[in-house]
Amino acid sequence: MSDEISVDVFNHLVTLAALELDEKQAAYLRRELNQQLKAIHELAAIPLEADVTVAAHGVPYTKTTSPQLREDEWIPFPNPAEILAQAPQVEESHIVVPDIPHQKLD
Amino acid sequence: MELCDRSAHEIYQLLREKKISALEVWESSQKRIEAVDGRPGVIEPGEITGADLNTVHAFITPTPERARQQAQQVDEKLNKGEDPGLLAGVPFTTKDIFSVKNTLSTAASKILANYSAPYTATAVERLENQGAVMMGKVNLDEFTYGSSNESSAFQPSTRNPWNTERVPGGSSGGSAASVAAGEAALSLGTDTAGSIRQPAAFCGVVGVKPTYGRVSRYGLIAFASSLDCPGPVARNVTDAAIMLQSMAGPDRRDSTAAAVDVPDYLNNLQKSIKGLRIGLSPDYFRITYMNEDGELMQRDVSDEIRHSVYHAADILRDLGAEIVEDVPMPNTRYGIPAYFVISRVEAASNLHRYDGVKYGYRTHTSNVDLQTLYRKSRNEGFGLQPKLRILMGMYVSAAQYSEQYYVRALKVRSKIRSDFDTAFDPLGPYRLNALLTPTTPSTAFPMGDVYGDSVLMQYADQFTVPANHAGIPGLSLPAGLAADGLPLGVQLLGPDFSEDILFRLGKAFEDGSTGEDWRQVKPAVLRNL
Repeated sequence: MSDEISVDVFNHLVTLAALELDEKQAAYLRRELNQQLKAIHELAAIPLEADVTVAAHGVPYTKTTSPQLREDEWIPFPNPAEILAQAPQVEESHIVVPDIPHQKLD
Repeated sequence: MELCDRSAHEIYQLLREKKISALEVWESSQKRIEAVDGRPGVIEPGEITGADLNTVHAFITPTPERARQQAQQVDEKLNKGEDPGLLAGVPFTTKDIFSVKNTLSTAASKILANYSAPYTATAVERLENQGAVMMGKVNLDEFTYGSSNESSAFQPSTRNPWNTERVPGGSSGGSAASVAAGEAALSLGTDTAGSIRQPAAFCGVVGVKPTYGRVSRYGLIAFASSLDCPGPVARNVTDAAIMLQSMAGPDRRDSTAAAVDVPDYLNNLQKSIKGLRIGLSPDYFRITYMNEDGELMQRDVSDEIRHSVYHAADILRDLGAEIVEDVPMPNTRYGIPAYFVISRVEAASNLHRYDGVKYGYRTHTSNVDLQTLYRKSRNEGFGLQPKLRILMGMYVSAAQYSEQYYVRALKVRSKIRSDFDTAFDPLGPYRLNALLTPTTPSTAFPMGDVYGDSVLMQYADQFTVPANHAGIPGLSLPAGLAADGLPLGVQLLGPDFSEDILFRLGKAFEDGSTGEDWRQVKPAVLRNL
């Protein structure tokens, strides 16, 4: 049986994910993805009645257990310099990024 | 007994009576770390030596001076007659997935290896507000993606204190190992599929996955936001209860932190368990595994794992609980397949923020455009496990596959939840207060045996992951030693926000098994100290 995630599909995913893999990594990752899909396919065997809803989380949030909505207050971070200090490249309090490639749209 | 081997509640008591000082406790823990831990994990470890193979390596970033100052502050408060808090002077470690201001907060990934958090996670802040003393940040699987700690970018990865040739479990392996080895009385971990309970079982300590929303996730570096739960690792149930008491409750900085009052766990601990109904399910005595042909098969758990659960049930029955057998939990086996989908979609989303621009690792390749910078930074910064999760998450949530995989997995999550709703329904056929199960399908496996096989590794969480899908609380308890000398764990699962009942049952089980021989056995790394 052929792999569900072919080399072409895999390469497309890698591009979308903004990754760049060497051959060894790519071979390992594609093999593992296809193995995991075999386990995932078990889900297809489960009878799902029409009234089964999707669950975004397990615990229901009711009116009493949900945090009350509050005023959208602006609270300044005490020291923004500490946040900027984590950026790889900063100039005059601005985060520096390299040139953004321009692409002419057809 | 060394001070570092004392429980958190004993330390609290001895400090209040002024029989010891917080500095003495800190010194004792520090000495233990020096005796058993070996070198901390680093990005470029060089050769793994013979000495590395015999030590625990729980830490990525020890913080001895910070801890000493905290201990000193506790002593000063005590001397002034001020209340130093519920956890005064108690050493704890923090899984390095939590932001702690001015400490490296790495998620065990190269991509965050140089990241110094500008703020502190709520859970850590609350523990420190109660006087707890943070001994350092401990190792984990990279971004919590694993069940053995081996995927950490910081090597040597953590080893099991009971046998250093075995994994400590994961992803909170550093947490469980540091507590088992007496390096700290408590540790703060996270549980997304079993990442507290599985390593707790492997290392012979207590692990708590609280109800989703019970503890704030603010400051937790996210894996799967609908599943992640911060929780305690401790050496006994009382300590775990004190720790959860200290950090649970609403938080204005996390809108998923539930507005539910926190009961007085400690005062409830000694209440009788008479009449509490505990279920056993045949679906938790079968292991699902993939054979060499890629087919999913099932077999029974080992006799010793089955025996450990039935033995715990016998103890609880003798103390007045009612045991209800044959509770059906038919969707248990679908927990891992659904998790493969849901957790990957959420992980892929959460990992898009790491781009080499705002914080964390940036490629050293110069003169590249922005797209290339993203690709090179992410490729060089992420290990294999994050990449695997990003790719799967993108695949199963793609427009053409989403209905088949992601939406279906979210519906299966509802089915898993409905199993528990039926079991715990007070008007239903079973009316359980808790379900008693094995925590893991095996004892701690040898280092290197499973790592790399992402399917087999994930199935290590098959008995723990249903609670994450359902959002309910779970408590893993040490329950004996297997023939291989390694700890066995049993798990109690309960309805939403029933941690107080689980603690009562856990404490009753501890009291009922106090005299058993296995409780006198120490982890191997402590036997020759």
